[in-house]
Amino acid sequence: MGAQKKGASRVSEDPEELTRVPLQAILLADSFATTFRPITLERPKVLLPLVNVPMINYTLAWLESAGVEEVFVFCCAHSKQVIHYLESSEWFSQPNFSVQTIESHNSVGAGDALRLIYERNVIHGDFVLISGDTVSNMSLTQALQEHKERRKKDSNAVMTMVIKRSKPSLITRQSRLGTDELFIAIDPDTKQLFYYEDRADHSRGVIYLDKLLLAENTSISLHNDKQDCYIDICSPEVLSLFTDNFDYQHLRRHFVKGLLVDDIMGYKIFTHEIHSSYAARIDNFRSYDTISKDIIQRWTYPLVPDVMFFGNSATKLERRGMYRALEVGQSRSAQIGPFTVVGEGTKIGDNTSISNSVIGKGCTIGSNVLIEGSYVWDNVIIEDGCKLSHAIVCDGVIMKSGAVLEPGVVLSFKVVIGQQFVVPPYSKVSLFQQPTKQDSDEELEYADNSSGVVEIPLNNSNGEITSELSETKCWPTSQLCANTFSVHVIGFIILCEGTELGAGGVGYIWSFSEGGHDEEWRHSVAPIPTEKLAEATDAMDDDMELAPDGSILPPSGDLKLDSEDDYTEVFRDESIDFEKEVEATFLRAVHEDINVDNVILEVNSLRLSYNKLTADCAGAVFYSVLKFALDTSPGSAGKLS
Amino acid sequence: MGSGTTRPRRNPSMADHTANGCTPLSLPKRVALPRVSKIHLRSSLQTFTKRDWVRVTKMPDMQAHVNDFLLKLRKRKIEGSQATAKLTAELLRSVISHQRVPYSNQAGALIDAVKAVGEQLIAANPVELAVGNIVRRVLHIIREEDLSLTTAAIGGLNLSSVSDDEDDTEHDEHPVLSAAVVAAAARSTLRPPSLQTLLEDVPVAAALPRTSSSGGDSDGKSKSADKSSRSRKLKHDVIEAVNELIQDISTCHEQIAEQAVEHIHHNEVILTLGSSRTVLEFLCAAKEKQRSFRVFVAEGAPRYQGHLLAKDLVSRGLQTTVITDSAVFAMISRVNMVIVGAHAVMANGGVIAPVGLNMVALAAQRHAVPFVVLAGSHKLCPLYPHNPEVLLNELRSPSELLDFGEFSDCMDFGNGTGSPLLHVVNPAFDYVPPKLVSLFITDTGGHNPSYMYRLIADYYSADDLVVQRRPGAGS
Repeated sequence: MGAQKKGASRVSEDPEELTRVPLQAILLADSFATTFRPITLERPKVLLPLVNVPMINYTLAWLESAGVEEVFVFCCAHSKQVIHYLESSEWFSQPNFSVQTIESHNSVGAGDALRLIYERNVIHGDFVLISGDTVSNMSLTQALQEHKERRKKDSNAVMTMVIKRSKPSLITRQSRLGTDELFIAIDPDTKQLFYYEDRADHSRGVIYLDKLLLAENTSISLHNDKQDCYIDICSPEVLSLFTDNFDYQHLRRHFVKGLLVDDIMGYKIFTHEIHSSYAARIDNFRSYDTISKDIIQRWTYPLVPDVMFFGNSATKLERRGMYRALEVGQSRSAQIGPFTVVGEGTKIGDNTSISNSVIGKGCTIGSNVLIEGSYVWDNVIIEDGCKLSHAIVCDGVIMKSGAVLEPGVVLSFKVVIGQQFVVPPYSKVSLFQQPTKQDSDEELEYADNSSGVVEIPLNNSNGEITSELSETKCWPTSQLCANTFSVHVIGFIILCEGTELGAGGVGYIWSFSEGGHDEEWRHSVAPIPTEKLAEATDAMDDDMELAPDGSILPPSGDLKLDSEDDYTEVFRDESIDFEKEVEATFLRAVHEDINVDNVILEVNSLRLSYNKLTADCAGAVFYSVLKFALDTSPGSAGKLS
Repeated sequence: MGSGTTRPRRNPSMADHTANGCTPLSLPKRVALPRVSKIHLRSSLQTFTKRDWVRVTKMPDMQAHVNDFLLKLRKRKIEGSQATAKLTAELLRSVISHQRVPYSNQAGALIDAVKAVGEQLIAANPVELAVGNIVRRVLHIIREEDLSLTTAAIGGLNLSSVSDDEDDTEHDEHPVLSAAVVAAAARSTLRPPSLQTLLEDVPVAAALPRTSSSGGDSDGKSKSADKSSRSRKLKHDVIEAVNELIQDISTCHEQIAEQAVEHIHHNEVILTLGSSRTVLEFLCAAKEKQRSFRVFVAEGAPRYQGHLLAKDLVSRGLQTTVITDSAVFAMISRVNMVIVGAHAVMANGGVIAPVGLNMVALAAQRHAVPFVVLAGSHKLCPLYPHNPEVLLNELRSPSELLDFGEFSDCMDFGNGTGSPLLHVVNPAFDYVPPKLVSLFITDTGGHNPSYMYRLIADYYSADDLVVQRRPGAGS
């Protein structure tokens, strides 16, 4: 039946026909970013457990429940692992829900992925574009309906972005998901998106809008309290747009901004705001932490641990948000605190205290261990007396007795931490050595994941190299984002004896990338330390004092139009006088209905007396017009045009 | 005896036929089927049996069907006890009809099959107790039917002879059941020997042996025709009984509503909370009988389904007042009777009900207002609320209470200690203890809370209380 429908839709271009195509989705099982390094060197991000279930299951479960019938999973980095996982799971055998994988080895961004999918010619109608690390429980029906209705009226409405209200932190200028504060301008009536800026320059406290925006639209509202959910409903044109613009890679930075700036084709992007449902994307370690806590607090219902939505084992919810799998060996004296998930087959020793954490399957936790706010994955061994706070501990890690993880630590797979060793805050530890960086942007090596022929540089300064070739692993460099750097060093397992990680420790501590250190606290799982908050507060206060009146952004909500234009910055005493004169003239002209020619003459004379340029006049008049429009009823806003 | 009847064979089309046997339409089919499609049947039977002998338990499409339903249950896609109960019963009916029955211990095989499926169903949504109730009801039906057949056989009844005469034997059979069976049947009110049963026994049972005898040459002659016909009979009887159960579930609203006139009187004030279809039908039935009364509807936060109920009531011309949940205590002194729906009724007479009802029950007790609970018999759960298997509550999404965007700054885990300071708990159910309930109105009439155990003894076997433990061999 599907084939018939597809055939029919190809023949006729009638939108009614197109709507009957089964709803399709493209799931990008690769984030094309390096935020989850070093973990993603060994396992793709979509397979990392989020509250003990691989992330991709959340996305697929949502797609299935939202009525999507065909999903194309695009795999690039570690594609074999993703495909193998999907094959071993039950996703391929669901009724009315087909999952197909598309494999690529040389895609460096979402753009490449979409171009490849376009070449395959598998998308026949509107589709949902989502990345495999998105958690949502929203209903697609309404958004899809709106999208289709807009498409009928205007074929240039190619995309609907899902947004959600979420207030950013005033101090750190980032959302609760750890992403930068997002500024978007939308039309309050049509919900069309005009402006999208997720990398605003906060140091100046100013954002720039195109004057044309104000000139062409009767009303726009600028928001900084919206969160981009990274769920897009796209028309098939989106794929061809990516093909036309072969340099588009990033979905937001290139594609969305490109479309917004480009006024030749006239493509439009619209937004759909969700209110009662949940949607968020895991972008960095902070959002991993936040979304895990949201799941535990059941905002994602029914995608919660005690509902068997997919691939999770039977778990019981107890008081104070405690989720315990059915077979947990727990000592009587152990205290498992609130909002904690404990996986199947885990053993917990005496006097151990765990709070706000997620413990995976088959872990062994000794006595007198303190775990708070941490994410411990499967089969981890934590010996007596260890302390973990706000850390991520991957599969198979062994922490010898007395080891301490300071906030923000990430231990990648199978790392061993020696006895009594204290891992410094925000450090990332992996069995792989940190890739050396080269600043050649053009040199991108597309290493095939399956090829075993690798170049092994012997530049290890410490430790004894026991390079067993069987253990040599390579990672595809293609997962690196194009905008940073290229890597062509392939790491391999090195057993360093008692140097970096204490007695018996195995692994490397990655050094921070230059300039990245002060950013480390922003995206870590650990809460922001108080001194950083204090610093940020001070900086913000300074900003307030330095910034000229009106240009500092109001803390939340809609910005008033008069703070948007960038003219205010240059005004000083004289120009303020000039502006006031012009405004008075303008108001008089409006109220007393003076002939336009006379007004022009008057403004011109003002210009000459204050020694100003014509542009200043225009600015001042524009300012008075806007001010007048704001003061009076909304109906008079039409004077803008 | 019965040399003409051979071992019955399974065929997909026949299975469907059996499953739908209760519909009146099947009568003409019986006449048409053996003659028209004989040749076609024979060929399909041969191919089918070869494949099917290998497979002992369920057909692949059956498995897919079960999985489909499991997924729906897991994802909480089916709302409401009645819908869940009905779908569960229908699924189990097709499980039974697809189940191959061995020569010996047929009831055991059926019980095993139902238990295997039932276990998965219960685990899929442990909060919806109706699933477990229906599984246990079906198990009970199998046991009862097996018992009645065994006693009938021991009683020396000439069960069956030649297939052609089967019509007559069928008719004779029910009247001459042994006294024990009749007693059992009478005891279990859910399954009285109705005229419908007598009539519709005939077509399916008669049609099946005929087709099998027509294709019987391909297969070896059966040794124990008696047993096979009994196994056909057992399965068929069970399916009939399950059909009646489904019928009961779908008509429970009307059955309950019929009793409305006895409980609602002129100029009374009725209070209810939230929305329940049973309550709606009950009130409307009283209205139709020209009773004039007023209804107070507590809105039932956080889902505010009371608003929907108020809308429905007004559209049917009932005088309705909507109040907040917190105003219940203030209004209760003006109320003559509280009538509410339930999520489940436990064995001790306690009620699992939408959140807020315990408060209403306490208010009603304080002012000596009768607290009446309407519940279809599928909501009757043989477990006690302290049973560890009973999951008393489901915590739903906090977004029903709060707007996430508005409170997002309270949940910024980047600041402070990283532990969430704001918790939002949204339980779906309350537990109302039996002493607060004045009366239960089920489809079999009004009962005291202390009488619940008696109803449960009628509907369920004690062996089935724990479905999870799968026995090695059937009973």
